[in-house]
Amino acid sequence: MTEIVLLGDEAAALGAVHAGLSAAYAYPGTPSTEILEFLIRYQERHGRPHAAWCANEKTAYESALGVSYAGRRTMVSMKHVGLNVAADPFMNSALVAIHGGLVVVAADDPGMHSSQNEQDSRYFADFARILCLEPADQQETYEMTRAAFDLSERFQIPVLIRLVTRLAHSRTVVRTAEALAEKPPGKFDDGQSSWLLMPHISRRRWHELLLRQKDIYAFTESTRYNTLTLSEKRRDLGVITTGIARNYYFENIEDLAAPPSHLHVGAFPAPVEKVRRLAAFVKRIVVFEDGYPFLERQLRGMLPLPVEIQGRESGHIPADGELDPDIVRRALGLAERKRIEIPGISLAGRPPQFCAGCPHADTLKSLRMALSGFPETTVTSDIGCYTLGALPPHSAVETCVCMGASVGMAKGASEAGLHPVVAVIGDSTFLHSGITPLMDAVTANANMTLVIADNGTVAMTGTQPTILPQAQIEKVVLGVGVDPAHFHVLSTHPKLVEKNAEIIKAEIDYRGLSVIIARRECLEAVRDRKKGGAA
Amino acid sequence: MKCDILLAGVGGQGVLALAAAIAAGAMEQKLHVKQAEVHGMAQRGGAVMASLRLADRQIASDLIPRGTAEMILSMEPMESLRYLAYLAPEGTLVTSANPVRNIPDYPDLDALLGKIRGLPHAIVVDTERLARGAGSVRAANMVMVGAAMHLLPIRPEILESAVRAIFGRKGEDVVNVNLRALRAGREAARQVKGQQS
Repeated sequence: MTEIVLLGDEAAALGAVHAGLSAAYAYPGTPSTEILEFLIRYQERHGRPHAAWCANEKTAYESALGVSYAGRRTMVSMKHVGLNVAADPFMNSALVAIHGGLVVVAADDPGMHSSQNEQDSRYFADFARILCLEPADQQETYEMTRAAFDLSERFQIPVLIRLVTRLAHSRTVVRTAEALAEKPPGKFDDGQSSWLLMPHISRRRWHELLLRQKDIYAFTESTRYNTLTLSEKRRDLGVITTGIARNYYFENIEDLAAPPSHLHVGAFPAPVEKVRRLAAFVKRIVVFEDGYPFLERQLRGMLPLPVEIQGRESGHIPADGELDPDIVRRALGLAERKRIEIPGISLAGRPPQFCAGCPHADTLKSLRMALSGFPETTVTSDIGCYTLGALPPHSAVETCVCMGASVGMAKGASEAGLHPVVAVIGDSTFLHSGITPLMDAVTANANMTLVIADNGTVAMTGTQPTILPQAQIEKVVLGVGVDPAHFHVLSTHPKLVEKNAEIIKAEIDYRGLSVIIARRECLEAVRDRKKGGAA
Repeated sequence: MKCDILLAGVGGQGVLALAAAIAAGAMEQKLHVKQAEVHGMAQRGGAVMASLRLADRQIASDLIPRGTAEMILSMEPMESLRYLAYLAPEGTLVTSANPVRNIPDYPDLDALLGKIRGLPHAIVVDTERLARGAGSVRAANMVMVGAAMHLLPIRPEILESAVRAIFGRKGEDVVNVNLRALRAGREAARQVKGQQS
């Protein structure tokens, strides 16, 4: 046993390595990025396991599926909204006979520190009818990720590890156990084609998955991840915590006269018998979850209950935002602690902004110049540093919905009759989800201009490499059929702002599809490269 | 014993490195440590907050409850007040006096510093001047570690060896600049405290 300081993300990564991980895949996304970054560094030092960034979460997931099919242990990690992108392989992978353990880490972002929504990945696990483990701290993250590979192979399903930002990005000491060796490759073959999801086989596999629910429930009922402590002193109140919420409850427990009965759930589907025993024991239950009221809604159902249930759904806890020790304290009926206040002082907000000298700032300046003569303009945008171009002083883009949406939305807006319409997307986001809508736009010859702000890196998440080198992006654009006469590769530079604006303006005036790559390397990426690779 | 520290600053000021230096020292002293930070969007010139919890027993929450922090340690004066709700009534606010004015509506600095100095326990340090004196403005975050030293449950020589370990790879000159910055911050805090008592 050794002790090592790890982020929650890194604890998941090392837990996987010590479970005999053979290959890991991901697309960068806060707060999940550090999982694969850790594994890439591990691979550089030790030669194994294989760890690689992919074009997007779906392709990462499918690579992991191939590893599992080959009989080896594999992990795919992503932020919560990344699981939407990977939802197709994810949902269907519950029906195949998982061979080498497949662990999916989804890092949720309650409070939306760095995301466009706060969806709760536990619903996805439930949707797919698979096991979900929700660690409370870094030690549990290490242990659960490790155990998840065994569970995946035992139940022949992918196992979802659900992290939240606070756990993913908090570091502490983790005690590690002995590392297991990788499994040798051994292709799946059960003589029944259980990886071939044609309808007649899918029907059998789905039925078998439903039958296996009994075994999955038996596991969550008996596992030490789900613990029930009944307290004779408190028949009035029971507390249910899930995942990290347990820490916030423990933070306040000393101030309670007597600790209530407590059920902690770290493995889903929730242990039904334990929940029933708690409900039969107390008059009122408070449910603490960081995320949606996932468990609370299951408990509440629709019919009248013999026990009162309080939580995010009932309004006793705010329905949105990140859970914290103070919210839990209030819900437990404890008095707020005294705070220092300075009357009569107002602090200015300090939103994130472009780095000084950022190439995106020059690109957006050119774009604004090009659009300045029009009474009404539409600029859709996407997920990346350039989204900051929506804020003053730039105020250059209007929309940000999901990876790649800028392209399809611009096409739709132009087809609805708006003009001029411009889409602004980054190089990595374009390769992640922008190529398919560009094909639609080519076919429709949509009256729009696509600006690919190409800084040669995945900047927002810490300058990971874009999946293709810059020169390949041009070939992709031309390869899907964009007219070379309306395709330009511009260097962005403060000195070229006006000249570039003229070129963009000419393409906006062209009635049809035009594509402009505005290119200059990200300053952070240059710095990291000079330091010898991303830190 | 516990020591909860709310760290604040602006993206790019080295707040996370500051936290890492204290955390390394605390771990060398066999304390329990939890250090939470937010990455991603918040790094880009925006307000940055991190929390560092040190204790001689198991620490439950990664986040510090409001009204309980022993210290706010800030690289920037306005940012030091953004998280004031976390400070315990008897806690100390330790901040750099040097503003980062990357926003159009930065408040009046003298009024701001006046409010800070009016708190029951506040230490305001001219980090830029001290860091420059130590050899590099980039060592400003180590000035802040020094300014907080007398409040930390970590022996000074252990903090110094943590600083040595962190900067060791960059050569002896960088180590010495940062050690001088650390000591300058420590001395500055001592003078502020001397004036108060």
